[in-house]
Amino acid sequence: MSDVLLEVKNFRVALEGSLVLSDLNFTVEEGEFLTILGPNGSGKTVLVKALLGLVPYEGVVNWHKKPQIGYLPQGLNQMSVRDMPLTVKDFFTLKKLKTHEVLNYLSLVGLDKSVLNKRAGYLSGGEFQRMLVAWVLATRPNVLFLDEPTTAVDIAGGETIYSLLRNIWREQKLTVFNVTHDLNIVFAHSTHVLCLSRFRHPCYGVPKEVLTPEVLSDVYGADVKFHTH
Amino acid sequence: MTYQLVLSLISGVFIAGAAAYLGTLMLSKKMAVVAGPLGHLALPGAALALVYGFSISLGAFPFVVVGILLIWLLEIRTKLQMEALTAIVFATGVAAAFLFLPIDKAQAALIGDISKVGIHATVAAVVLGTIVFIAINRSYPEIMLISIHEDLAKTEGINVKLYNLLYLSAIAIIVALGVDLVGGLMTAALVAIPAAAARNVSRTLAQYGLAAGACGIISSIIGILSATFSGLPAGPLVILTSGFIFLVTVTMAKV
Repeated sequence: MSDVLLEVKNFRVALEGSLVLSDLNFTVEEGEFLTILGPNGSGKTVLVKALLGLVPYEGVVNWHKKPQIGYLPQGLNQMSVRDMPLTVKDFFTLKKLKTHEVLNYLSLVGLDKSVLNKRAGYLSGGEFQRMLVAWVLATRPNVLFLDEPTTAVDIAGGETIYSLLRNIWREQKLTVFNVTHDLNIVFAHSTHVLCLSRFRHPCYGVPKEVLTPEVLSDVYGADVKFHTH
Repeated sequence: MTYQLVLSLISGVFIAGAAAYLGTLMLSKKMAVVAGPLGHLALPGAALALVYGFSISLGAFPFVVVGILLIWLLEIRTKLQMEALTAIVFATGVAAAFLFLPIDKAQAALIGDISKVGIHATVAAVVLGTIVFIAINRSYPEIMLISIHEDLAKTEGINVKLYNLLYLSAIAIIVALGVDLVGGLMTAALVAIPAAAARNVSRTLAQYGLAAGACGIISSIIGILSATFSGLPAGPLVILTSGFIFLVTVTMAKV
């Protein structure tokens, strides 16, 4: 049995006077691939930001071991740096890495040295996201927070990113907190799911056990049909 | 070459070089426009300095610091766009300056007067320009990461408030020094034009910083020398030179 990494109790977040999250209680064990699932506006990103200490919260957030955190934020894509003369190599020098180290991390995500001198803003969506994964891994995190990591990528590219992340999760024995509203991702890649909803209490557990049609209907506020194979 | 010209050139090179290098970060943070209202806010300070006969930069500095605090507070309190704040701060600074700025001395405050810079102001330009350059160079990766994504920078352990303070302090120093070189009206150009020209011709961050510094330094040397020979004011000539360099780089622009 794995060790408990994180305990969250009586957790609530209010932003500008309105309650975004409340009554949140869950425990995450080391090595989980936890997907935080929910419709738009359910507070997924707010939860991640609160756990990262980026927004204030009430309640208990107890890390049993000091985590080394890597974070892929929502909305950071190649367009964010398109107007900067910033090569892939430059992007890694922001972390003061040497070229051979950069190449090692790029190879982890299936990129080779041909991208090194390319402008980061002119990579494809998939290449940029893979570069970002390599960049985040360069601090040797043991906990990864991924906030909608495939929004700027097409379906095939998104699947590639998730396969890659799953391999890295396994090989490097990471604990992953992954935000998505995509049910496919939950069933295909996650060991656990935390579902957030504006309409009901949060649910937490193994996806096939907790994500019943009734729960999904409550979470999304509409009939959701999903078939697992 | 006269002693006075040497002082002017040394001051100009250090102020313009550091301003251009800082400008590469300001352009990335989309804050180059902030140097404009700060320069305008410096005008009352420059006016006081001219009335009481002390260094324009020294007079400008406290007003720039107040200006930075004002813009920072106004943005938090009002959530107004930076462009609107620029207009408000611009008008207020200029109006306050003209209440007590002697009209016969207005030119030095508005467009600078590096041709009369003294030894103390030159030493200040060399020391402060060097300090700003070194401070920005050392903190460039952190400030660049903050400008790319603030939350990402925070989770990487970067103290965002500390680096923002350092960055704003560098802006305050450069704007105060810049008032001596190009006056309160054109300080934004001193940081923005070399950086914009450099961006046109750079593929990497190293090229970006180098090209901006070179553009700033070359513009100030050509501007000050041509002012000496033509009898025209140096400030506008420095800015026009960097404007010309920018136009040349547009034809060479790399995407």
